Amino acid sequence: MAILLILALPFVGICFPLLMQRHGRLAAALAAGIPTLVAFVILMSLAPSVFAGDVLVASRDWVPQLGLSAGLRVDGLGFLFAAMTLGIGLLVIHYAYFYMSKEDRLGRFFAYLLLFMGAMLGIVLSENVLLMALFWEITSLSSFLLIGYSSHRSEARQGARMALTITGLGGLSLFAGLVLLGQIAGSYELTEILASGEQIVAHDWYLPMLLLVLLGAFTKSAQFPFHFWLPNAMAAPTPVSAYLHSATMVKAGVFLLARLHPALSGADVWVYLVGGVGMVTMCYAAYVAFFRHDLKGLLAYSTISHLGLITALFGFGTSGAAVVGVFHIMNHAAFKASLFMTAGIIDRQTGTRDIRGLGKLHGAMPYTMVLALLGAAAMAGIPLLNGFLSKEFFLKETLSVPLMAGTPWLFPTVATVGAIFGMAYSVRLVHGVFFEPTDNKTPKEADDPSFGLLLPVAILVAICVVVGVAAEWTAGPTLAAASAHVVGGDLPSYSLTMWHGFTLELLMSAIAIVVGVAVYVQRRRLYDFAERVWPELTGKMVFEKVLGLVVGFARGLTTRLENGSLQRYVALLLGMAIVAGAIPFVQYGYVSGTQAITPTNPVAVAVWGLLIVAALATVFTHRHRISAIICLSVVGLLISIVFVYMSAPDLALTQLSVEVVTILLLLLALFVLPKVAPVEGSRKRKVRDAGLAVLGGLGMGAISWAVMTRPQQSISDFYLENATYPVGGGTNVVNVILVDFRGFDTLGEVAVLVLAAFGIFSMLRYAHHTYVEGVPDTADDRYPLVLVSASRPLLALILLMALFIFLRGHYLPGGGFIGGLVASVALITQYLASGIDWTTERMRLNFRSVAVAGLLIATAAGAVAVLIDSPFLTMTLLDVNLPLVGQSDFVMTLLFDLGILLAVVGATMTILSELSHMQEVEPYDEEQRAKETDPWKP
Amino acid sequence: MEALIASAIAVLGGSGIYLVLRARTFTVILGLAMLAIAVNLFLLSMGRVVPGHAPVIEEGLETAAYVDPLPQAVVLTAIVIGFAMMSFAVVLAISAHFVTGTDHLDGEEEAP
Repeated sequence: MAILLILALPFVGICFPLLMQRHGRLAAALAAGIPTLVAFVILMSLAPSVFAGDVLVASRDWVPQLGLSAGLRVDGLGFLFAAMTLGIGLLVIHYAYFYMSKEDRLGRFFAYLLLFMGAMLGIVLSENVLLMALFWEITSLSSFLLIGYSSHRSEARQGARMALTITGLGGLSLFAGLVLLGQIAGSYELTEILASGEQIVAHDWYLPMLLLVLLGAFTKSAQFPFHFWLPNAMAAPTPVSAYLHSATMVKAGVFLLARLHPALSGADVWVYLVGGVGMVTMCYAAYVAFFRHDLKGLLAYSTISHLGLITALFGFGTSGAAVVGVFHIMNHAAFKASLFMTAGIIDRQTGTRDIRGLGKLHGAMPYTMVLALLGAAAMAGIPLLNGFLSKEFFLKETLSVPLMAGTPWLFPTVATVGAIFGMAYSVRLVHGVFFEPTDNKTPKEADDPSFGLLLPVAILVAICVVVGVAAEWTAGPTLAAASAHVVGGDLPSYSLTMWHGFTLELLMSAIAIVVGVAVYVQRRRLYDFAERVWPELTGKMVFEKVLGLVVGFARGLTTRLENGSLQRYVALLLGMAIVAGAIPFVQYGYVSGTQAITPTNPVAVAVWGLLIVAALATVFTHRHRISAIICLSVVGLLISIVFVYMSAPDLALTQLSVEVVTILLLLLALFVLPKVAPVEGSRKRKVRDAGLAVLGGLGMGAISWAVMTRPQQSISDFYLENATYPVGGGTNVVNVILVDFRGFDTLGEVAVLVLAAFGIFSMLRYAHHTYVEGVPDTADDRYPLVLVSASRPLLALILLMALFIFLRGHYLPGGGFIGGLVASVALITQYLASGIDWTTERMRLNFRSVAVAGLLIATAAGAVAVLIDSPFLTMTLLDVNLPLVGQSDFVMTLLFDLGILLAVVGATMTILSELSHMQEVEPYDEEQRAKETDPWKP
Repeated sequence: MEALIASAIAVLGGSGIYLVLRARTFTVILGLAMLAIAVNLFLLSMGRVVPGHAPVIEEGLETAAYVDPLPQAVVLTAIVIGFAMMSFAVVLAISAHFVTGTDHLDGEEEAP
């Protein structure tokens, strides 16, 4: 519970600063600070049990089918990171309140910050690795928002985009890696993953999984060659740089290495990859940092270098190195956050961050100078400060990497070179800003800032000093508790004292300090040298080049595929479908079944012959559209005969009535569209299309032949056995399936029909404005006497028939669908015979309302079941035999079917009447019309 | 009998595909209608050919004797949905004709 509260507080807190910002900046800062403080206090209350070595787990199933649980855990490592996230978070909130411009209301800023804080806590407190991946993504996103906070500046937007691209890419890769890891370990719970290290390392998938996970960790922790996003992320406001890009978010990568250390570190490839990348990054970034003139740029590369150092420590694969790695995570967070804040102060008080424009500030900013001096000394690894301890231990560990026994000098040399430049850029940071003689005037008159701005820096520097002097007492317990879960076994013996005698690592440290100062003294020559041989190729350029290539490729592909011709898309689509359908034929060969063939008969052959002729005639007459419609209607009618033969009376009825409305619809369309199409299309295209048509047709025929000649296995026995009372309550199984077993499907499908009708309605209403021209009426006889006279009595008869078909539907072929279509035909006939005006005058029904009413009735019929605690659309719910009505179950299905009927009538009529309203025929003599449309009127 | 049905599906499907690939909206709609018929017949054929045994329960008949009712239920809704889809396509074609002044699929006559 306490764990959940720690995680939930920042997320819940997101809305507080947004709500409070109208009451001023202080209110917004307090609104962000209080949830953080409360979460911090709760976390501290867990400290005793964590130091006792307990692992507190709170887990709840979320999507158990995917192995996803909302599991949280607090162990030593999670505790350390959560404490860093919340503690430094508090200091950053305090700092930001004083640092940010007075015009900024800060609500949005603190909301982003809390979002990040919650996500970071999520990463470090997750028990389930999939959950961890989720929070990992949120940190990338919130980092994007925070880097781009000053969204009016293009470098902020660029930096934000680059950070998101790189870390987001890594996040996806990490996700894939974690899924693989979960598959290998058989569980997504950390407890089980950490316990099955040997099994994981021995698995065939170990290497791909490791590469994917490492890609995630390296991109997040800005390891070479993915480091370049971090310097560009310095466009973020300084509090963000201090928090995300030095102390916490970039540590998520090394946290992951630490977290999975017990499970993954057992292989040689781990040492080469993680250790190697870490060492390269550590040395390279330290070298680059020395040449950065921007304070934050220098600190960014320094951060990359230190992250490389930590990565390398976890990569050595020894338990001693892992402990040092954890120790340096703590130390680095303290001194680097303080230095970033100091850089922000210098920027704010002088108006520039460029070291070349600064100097001699020790007089104007004495307090800042002292704090910067101590922070930089910790960073350089000067004795009596915490940085000295962990760097000393790091140098010691490089001497004894088991796998590097063949080249024992390699890692120590690289480490010493890195340390030399670490010393050099630290000296530069302090000397260049505070002591170097300069004639430059800073843009603003420099002075020490207010106490409020210095306070968080002072606290962090105090930590550096205290840990440096008395590490065992202060950092010892936390370090031991955290390291226990990184080592994955018994802790090695180590001593956090400063003096270990005259050792090799002490010599290396001394070399680093002396040579580092010498490098700084010789800086002018080095700058000139670097100016001359500075590599043209930077990470940012490569990134932009690659991005440009990808975008160019995508754009080229898009323009080539998508040339605006729908015809081509359809051809491509069908072609793909045919290829996809053909693959199994090629793969497994085509074998027809052995089922006995149903004997044929002359009538069937005749129908078949007519069908083929009508289909081909439709194709050949397609340019003369009226003829084509007639041919198509022949096909439709013949198909209903086929349905009858295939024992599908319901389908035959439906097909018959749909055919009528379809043909009407197509004829109506020809009011507007040309009745004859031009001759067009190259011969080549026709051959291509004919080829596709033959292949597609043959494929369909071949599949159905293969199926029909094989014996059947179907799930339908269930429907046949249960169609009757008491389960289904009908004898027409098709109708029972529609209104009962698969009622939800049916409801959805009529909803589609109604939606289509509404779409058509709105489209045509809009189109009316553009269409006013009269259509020349070429009919010789507008209102044929026979049709008009016959349509009146037919209306009643057909409607009666529709009712009959509807009512018997549950027991014999029929039902709501068919009844609805037949009723529509009856109504449409009136439009056809007597014209629109005559019919509209008499039929004052809003068919859209009818359609909606139908849907509502059907839904209500289904919802009755919910009232008595059965699933939606349960039809057999009341087992009561009512007089006259029969089984009450029958009433519910009838009601449902009535809804279907009304929806079908409403939708069909909306569609057809809207279409027929479109044409404005030539004016006709009113008296003549009245006479013709009402022949029976005296 | 199965051969007749399979070949009919092939001819209907092929005709539908050819029509769908033409350049005029109305012809495409004709093709869609034809293709819908072919697909419906195809789906129904998955229930095999069982003449004379509609899925209407009669006393004293084994379940194995009836034709499979499930494809029929599927096809029934497919016919109605097919109608909805076709009407929508018709109205789209008409609207496009209003807007572009042509019934060519690409919204403009091909360059000669």
